[in-house]
Amino acid sequence: MHLSLVFIVFGALSIAGALSFLLQRHPINSALSLVLVMLSLAVLYWSLGAEFLAAAQVIVYSGAIMVLFVFVIMLLNAGTELRTRGSRAAALAGFPGAAAIFCLLTLLFLAHRHQLGLTHPGALATNGVSNITAISTLLFRDLLLPFEVTSILILVAILGAVVLARKEQP
Amino acid sequence: MPSLSPLQIFFIGSLVKTAVTISVMLGGVTMTVLLERKLVGRIQNRYGPNRVGPFGLLQTVVDGLKLFLKEDMTPANVYLPLFLLAPVIALGCALISIAVVPFGPPVFWRGVALFQVSDVNVGLLVILGITSIGVYGIALSGWSSNNKYSLLGSVRSTAQMVSYELALGLSLVGVVMRARSLSIAKIVASQSAHGALSWNVLGGLQFFAFFIYLISAYAETNRAPFDLVEAENELVGGYHTEYSSIKFAMFFMAEYANMITVSCVATLLFFGGASSPFGHLLGGPVAQALQGIFWFVLKVFFFLCLYIWVRGTLPRFRYDQLMAFGWKWLLPAAMLNIVLTALVYAWHG
Repeated sequence: MHLSLVFIVFGALSIAGALSFLLQRHPINSALSLVLVMLSLAVLYWSLGAEFLAAAQVIVYSGAIMVLFVFVIMLLNAGTELRTRGSRAAALAGFPGAAAIFCLLTLLFLAHRHQLGLTHPGALATNGVSNITAISTLLFRDLLLPFEVTSILILVAILGAVVLARKEQP
Repeated sequence: MPSLSPLQIFFIGSLVKTAVTISVMLGGVTMTVLLERKLVGRIQNRYGPNRVGPFGLLQTVVDGLKLFLKEDMTPANVYLPLFLLAPVIALGCALISIAVVPFGPPVFWRGVALFQVSDVNVGLLVILGITSIGVYGIALSGWSSNNKYSLLGSVRSTAQMVSYELALGLSLVGVVMRARSLSIAKIVASQSAHGALSWNVLGGLQFFAFFIYLISAYAETNRAPFDLVEAENELVGGYHTEYSSIKFAMFFMAEYANMITVSCVATLLFFGGASSPFGHLLGGPVAQALQGIFWFVLKVFFFLCLYIWVRGTLPRFRYDQLMAFGWKWLLPAAMLNIVLTALVYAWHG
């Protein structure tokens, strides 16, 4: 019961953050709303017993990627966004579209919930086993090759970005 | 209290521990400020504060009162919501990360750990995560102040903290490899076998990792010689130029709370936490627990003094030197340390 309370509070918080992300006019407010969404998602992961995922979410998304976003917004000193006819049309098409996708996903999940299997909420509170061991076994033994290939791919992307951004030496 | 369920005991215990920890932390902050002023005074061949109370002990209390009672000025063109939010984020993050730090040996009473607010199995990542959220406090304060010096200070600080966070995180991997766990309590337990010889800084072969951690932690907390954030000859006062009264006090307390947390983490990860350097000599559970707290406080005190000593001794880095040092020296050194540690552990099994 306590954990469903946690779910309701932080689920509502993440939805509120997402709405605020869409509706805020100023880019820095939008970026901070996205941080709020990510932090509440981290709490939800935690309440499902995925502590490692929660911590990684906070460190990578809230702590690194969104800091970079905020940094860029601060440096460019971007003003409030303009509402044009195009953005109004996008809102007209977007809100019903998002609602339709939401309904479709809910329907699908409810129809197939027996095959999906239910996650027991609060594995942490009931002394569940650490899932870091499970994740590391999966990543570094069973899926070692795809994992390393992805790492190389990211490394290549970083090198490409550095080469593109580097100033020509005079 | 036979009528309480384990959940209720856990809840009440956590509340009490949180209250005690926050009070101790805030008391520690005032004492650290005083310690810094007195030690820097001695380094600079003067006395430091010695008039208010015995030995000047009440100086910071009085200073704090002065800050809280001052007029709270809000400049005209600030972006108010974020201007108010920034000090709250800074102080909040600084106080939250102490929650996973065990202050003493693992002693349990009715299933509640007495000297740790919460033993999380990813405790180390929790500290890193909350530290990375703390960047927002500084970034937003500078931007929302609508002042170019504040903005420059906070942009510098954000770049610095994001860069040094990498080296900081990587320097801890060797410790995690030795303990085979991310839980702080288990990391401390892995160093308690033979006193000082099994501490990570000696027996765990993490000597270089310790210095990488220490340097990047100094940069993370924006302390000298990495205090470019508030380089007063270039930036007036850095990110908190426009803040006054209680809001300034919150940034100030956050800085010292972060110093204490960094010292605690250095103690826990590299110097065996609450374990005695001479192994388990004196018997008795109560004596052991008290000894544990004594050693922990002593080690943290040592690291705080080191912080202040470094501040009183070293000149400030230049900004390009700071970035080059972080990316070209500290980060590769941390990676090399991971590879070497992994090789040693693979060799010895």
